[in-house]
Amino acid sequence: MSSSRPDAAGAAVLDAAAPLSPEAGIAARSRRPAVGPGAAPFLQAAPLALVLLLFLVLPLLVTAAVSLWDYTEFTLVPDVTLRNYREMFEGCLSGGACSTLRTYVSTFKLCALTLAVTLPLGFAVAFFLAFHVRSDSARTALFLLCTAPFLTSNVIRMISWIPLLGREGVVNRALLGSGAVDRPLDWLLYSEFAVVLAFVHLYTLFVVVPVFNSLMRIDRRLIEAARDAGATGRQTLVHVVLPLSKPGLAIGAIFVATLVMGDFVTVGVMGGQQIASVGKAIQTHAAYLQFPAAAAQSVVLLAVVLLMIAALTRLVDVRREL
Amino acid sequence: MTNSEGARTVGATAPRRALLFGGAAAAAGTLAAPAVHAQGPVTLRFLGTAVNQHRAIKDKVHEELGIVVEYIAVTSDDVVRRAVTQPNSFDVMDLEVWMARRILPTGNIIGLDAKRLPLASEMTPVLTRGEVGGRKLGSQGLAPWKILYLEGREAKTFAGAPTEWLTLIPTVYNADTLGIRPDRVSRPIESWAELLNPEFRGRASILNVPAIGIMDAAMAVEASGRHRYADKGNMTRAEIDLTMAALTEAKRAGQFRAFWRDFNESVNLMASGEVVIQSMWSPAVTKVRSMGVPCVYQPLKEGYRAWAQGIGIPRTTTGRRQDAAYEFINWFLSGWAGAFLNRQGYYSAVLSTAQKHMEPYEWAFWMEGKPAERDIRAPDGTVMEKAGAVRDGGSFEQRMGSVACWNAVMDENDYMVRKWNEFIAA
Repeated sequence: MSSSRPDAAGAAVLDAAAPLSPEAGIAARSRRPAVGPGAAPFLQAAPLALVLLLFLVLPLLVTAAVSLWDYTEFTLVPDVTLRNYREMFEGCLSGGACSTLRTYVSTFKLCALTLAVTLPLGFAVAFFLAFHVRSDSARTALFLLCTAPFLTSNVIRMISWIPLLGREGVVNRALLGSGAVDRPLDWLLYSEFAVVLAFVHLYTLFVVVPVFNSLMRIDRRLIEAARDAGATGRQTLVHVVLPLSKPGLAIGAIFVATLVMGDFVTVGVMGGQQIASVGKAIQTHAAYLQFPAAAAQSVVLLAVVLLMIAALTRLVDVRREL
Repeated sequence: MTNSEGARTVGATAPRRALLFGGAAAAAGTLAAPAVHAQGPVTLRFLGTAVNQHRAIKDKVHEELGIVVEYIAVTSDDVVRRAVTQPNSFDVMDLEVWMARRILPTGNIIGLDAKRLPLASEMTPVLTRGEVGGRKLGSQGLAPWKILYLEGREAKTFAGAPTEWLTLIPTVYNADTLGIRPDRVSRPIESWAELLNPEFRGRASILNVPAIGIMDAAMAVEASGRHRYADKGNMTRAEIDLTMAALTEAKRAGQFRAFWRDFNESVNLMASGEVVIQSMWSPAVTKVRSMGVPCVYQPLKEGYRAWAQGIGIPRTTTGRRQDAAYEFINWFLSGWAGAFLNRQGYYSAVLSTAQKHMEPYEWAFWMEGKPAERDIRAPDGTVMEKAGAVRDGGSFEQRMGSVACWNAVMDENDYMVRKWNEFIAA
């Protein structure tokens, strides 16, 4: 019965389509034998492959090509020059930190701090959702709650942080009022703290989702077995749950790392435009029509992020564990 | 079947509609309406930053000329980017003077015919010769009179002296200075040097638009006596290094609370008390003040950094739309728009026509620097200044006469942007 249903549905669709274009139906039917069984998977993959080819691979190739171009104030000059790369690393070899290096150090630092908070926090939330919440509807409701940061726009967040964290903001006023500090804390806003806070606020969800997925796939009998073998709760967590959630953690880390490495809006707004990030350097070049310089920066950033992902997948074989 | 039927219906009505329109056009013709209207209203896509894009202007244009103006509001960087890469995506553009230097060499804007713009000859000498009330204005940077004229319609270089071809028709211009919070600073501020004064550590800000930010920094560096620039709008590499070193030093010492990029950011920084002294734009100061927070647009002894912008036409605007564009520009100079912008603290290109559209007490307050006879109201009716108030910096002649330099793009722009990125990373 259940196997015949799709056929019936298919026939119904055909029937409905027939009056519109009988020729098309005949054409499809007569073409069917022409497609060999080996071609079908390729045809199925073709639309997505085409989209990726057009909107991912091609732009990347163009970016790589443009990074070798020369430019003047108002024109791009097709060329093969290493000028953009040379200028990017100017001063790096002659000792001392060049700006590109400093920018990467600053970006890596933000990335590491964000990961250090989002991974444990995301794991804790996912653990709670997977093992402590019993009802599915409660789980769904709590999951939706996790997406709350995405319901506000960046502009709103930008405006709302100042009254909260500012020098004369709510937090500082409360601290002053309670006598905990005798002068307002300046580092609450326009600082690395503020940037990391905003990243954590936004990106913890990207850890929660894959880790939750990993946790839900853990066979509960393994945990029972661990308990029967005399493991304490902590031992079960460290030796059973944590290793089995590694793929989720790795995927979450990849999400967070790539988002933070390329960010320029949050760093700009929360850092008071004073903290360097690679994304912001690219944006400044692009804003001044220095596309080849921006392209060269992008190529280097892409390479660095790919290396990071390669390293992460080295630690955890995501594909095997999924 | 249904499709072909639909097509037939359309086919049947089309000639009838064409006839109707023809009739309307013929009727309009006999009423001596301008030829532009013969084929229904023209739409002008108006590219620019939000400065000039007011609903009131758009409505008035539609009422008086029958032209529909469609605003495309983008950041100043994007104005340049679109003019360079997609000149056919708009019909008229509002460009800042310094942008002309970057767009003109691409051939994407064409010279405006002075013969078709009768009011162009009445533009204030502030813009055409750099003079006001017998005083010479500072000409460092890209002063408007350096770029206003072209050798020909399709010239790619500027003419030094007046010609028949104009690069753009100025719409608004102003003199920028530092904004301060008098309640938090509580002593007179007289010099740009105060921007880098350690007394305001952690409570100062500049704007993160490299080309303009570096000029504000240069004003501060020069005022503190560290270096005298030949042209702050066109520095040498050594001068860029020196200016950025001064900025970097201040940044590392924690001088700046934040940098701002857009109008609202500067308003928020000032109104929330995060910052007490910063480079600012005139309407932003007004905005802070209208929120009930004291804020002064402080005149300084070294003078102002000025800017100007105007309407240009891309090479892709031709025929009927070009006629409409000219009509729009002529209307812009004819007074109503000028008065509208003067009332917001900007200045208009043809002052005589704007004066006719302003009340004498308004003119006295905004242009002559006299105390307001009665409350000064914004176009939407809110009170901007109470009776008795005097405009910061005084009269038109005092303010524009004290201009020290104009917004610019440098020959060493690439180098400067790289150095700015380094400064942000420092």
